[in-house]
Amino acid sequence: MILSILKELSEAIGLSGDEEAVRQIVVNAIRDHVDDFTVDTMGNVLAFKRGTAEKPLRVMLSAHMDEVGLMVVGHDSKGGLKIATVGGIDVRLLPGSVVLVGAERLPGVIGLKPVHLLEDNEENKVTKLDRLVVDIGATSQSEAKKLAPPGTYIAFSTSFRELGPTVSGKAFDDRAGCAVLIALLQGERFPHDIHAAFTVQEEVGLRGAQVVAYTLDPDCAFVLEGTIADDIPKEKDESPTTELGKGPAITVMDRTVIADRRLVRLLTDTAQSLNIPYQFKQPGIGGTDAGSIHLTRSGVPSITVAVPCRYIHSPVGLLHRADLEHTIQLMRSSLSALSHQTLNREK
Amino acid sequence: MNELIQELVKTYGPSGVEDQIRAVIRDLVAPLADEVQVDAMGSLIVHKAGNGHGERIALMAHMDEIGVMVTYIDEKGFLRFTSIGGVNPLTCIGNRVAFANGVVGVIGIEQKRNDPRDVPTLKELFIDVGATGREDCPVGVGDAGVFSRPFVSQGTRRISKAMDDRIGCAVLIETLRRLEQTPHDLYFVFSVQEEVGLRGARTSAFGINPDLAIAVDVTGTGDTPESYPMAVELGQGPAVKVQDRGMIASPIVRDRLIQSAQKAGVPYQLEVLERGTTDAAAIQLVRAGVPAGCLSIPTRYVHSPSEMVDIRDVENSVTLLLTLLSEA
Repeated sequence: MILSILKELSEAIGLSGDEEAVRQIVVNAIRDHVDDFTVDTMGNVLAFKRGTAEKPLRVMLSAHMDEVGLMVVGHDSKGGLKIATVGGIDVRLLPGSVVLVGAERLPGVIGLKPVHLLEDNEENKVTKLDRLVVDIGATSQSEAKKLAPPGTYIAFSTSFRELGPTVSGKAFDDRAGCAVLIALLQGERFPHDIHAAFTVQEEVGLRGAQVVAYTLDPDCAFVLEGTIADDIPKEKDESPTTELGKGPAITVMDRTVIADRRLVRLLTDTAQSLNIPYQFKQPGIGGTDAGSIHLTRSGVPSITVAVPCRYIHSPVGLLHRADLEHTIQLMRSSLSALSHQTLNREK
Repeated sequence: MNELIQELVKTYGPSGVEDQIRAVIRDLVAPLADEVQVDAMGSLIVHKAGNGHGERIALMAHMDEIGVMVTYIDEKGFLRFTSIGGVNPLTCIGNRVAFANGVVGVIGIEQKRNDPRDVPTLKELFIDVGATGREDCPVGVGDAGVFSRPFVSQGTRRISKAMDDRIGCAVLIETLRRLEQTPHDLYFVFSVQEEVGLRGARTSAFGINPDLAIAVDVTGTGDTPESYPMAVELGQGPAVKVQDRGMIASPIVRDRLIQSAQKAGVPYQLEVLERGTTDAAAIQLVRAGVPAGCLSIPTRYVHSPSEMVDIRDVENSVTLLLTLLSEA
């Protein structure tokens, strides 16, 4: 069930600022399981699930709907599409990519000249973004302009696949978080009022979350993410950031937030008592919506919990099913254990 | 004031883990306050009510200090780390860090580097807590450490780690102690997470919604050999900020600080800081905007484990603030 929604979310296209397709999947998946939902001015989905406690806390759970990708910024004389990145993309990954262009999902490819034509040492150089084009088979500049005018979004074309205990697909950052959040909403009520936010424009600067947090003014916030797993073999004995199959990754500190220590303790205590595996994400790396949420109004105690994913921000990522399940389990149990006492400093 | 400064600087409190320093300050200020509160982010807010005829003024000093956070423990028990706030790799090597549980570590450097003359990156440094493997390592990933150095009082100079900004906290506490009467509704704020991006200031200023705000923080000096040009010297009086990288001080606040210095008969300097900023920069942009300025304590070797101030500047800062706060 979680895999079928993850597949649907992963194969949907929703770059920053153009999240409609993902929004529809989200709304369809949650509408029968929440008390109320709205879409705000920026396109964030805000859903409310009432708690069972007498004095419930206002708990914000968020996951971002948008993904990284490309945008058309011009056209060359032969009908190629000149491109810019939307969000953080390593340009080295682009040549050889198969892409889908615009709402019509026009097929396209990003090519390079064949190996036969390489000159001295050329294979060791990175082709810069302004030398790459998306080829949609257009035969002239005017045809290309008509098919894909400037501003057209371009997404990676990647099918969801199951590989043993793992799955691969695109946009696990943060469709994995969206899948976790949907699963949480589809389950039983929690003691506390759940204010779920499926946010927009995270990849371009944590933008959607900023206005959502202002609207919700919650007592605390949990950001659900798909995060970096860098557990491939290394030359030195150094941090893998997170590792696949070792459980949900809890953020203590990244570039945008220092997690609230009381929430760190809630999660680790819960995990330990229920024997749920967990890991800390390597401190100091990356940033999430928690970065904007915690600074909203007079402050929101915040933390990020993530499903480790290899190769994020690329055409294809890979995650472990058990991590997905354990993230849901850890969040469900922690939200049940959360109390006013958790947030009380004067213990 | 020596005793107060010493107690504040020796207390552990890296950004995000301010519990210990907050408890120390809370005990010191609680008897002097009408109300003490801790906000959602952890900033300590001390309210002293006025007579109803003054302004709502926030005075802010940050409790947090720079430090390190463990990112990885290798097979041999050596710790890799990242910085909490602006940590200079040059001041790390051979220095000691202390963790919340009292464990002390020594910072070492990889010997096999491309060019040993290059300034190292933090990735080339490690912390040795005496462990031999992951199992006997007394600290874990995510644990935060602070630099460890004893307080020294020598002539008029005071030297310690974490003068940034416990010296500002000391000025606020001493001001609160000596303040006899004020028309103003005063909020003494001991903020969190300044060193990682003025974070606590922003949220506590939103909560307080003051008419005017003054940050009390350290600033650099231009009085050491071959330093960048800066017309601020140690011992020449508190510095009234004109601008820094993050803000142009509100002229209203700047001029009030200058007039208070003149009225109190204390020396002062005008400060233009080309690098760095303070909580005032964040406060200024909260809600519909807050007139904000900064009273700075000239400090040498900022963000090193041996930050040096002059006690006369500290005393004069208190006198200046007392004059400002006593009058309408």
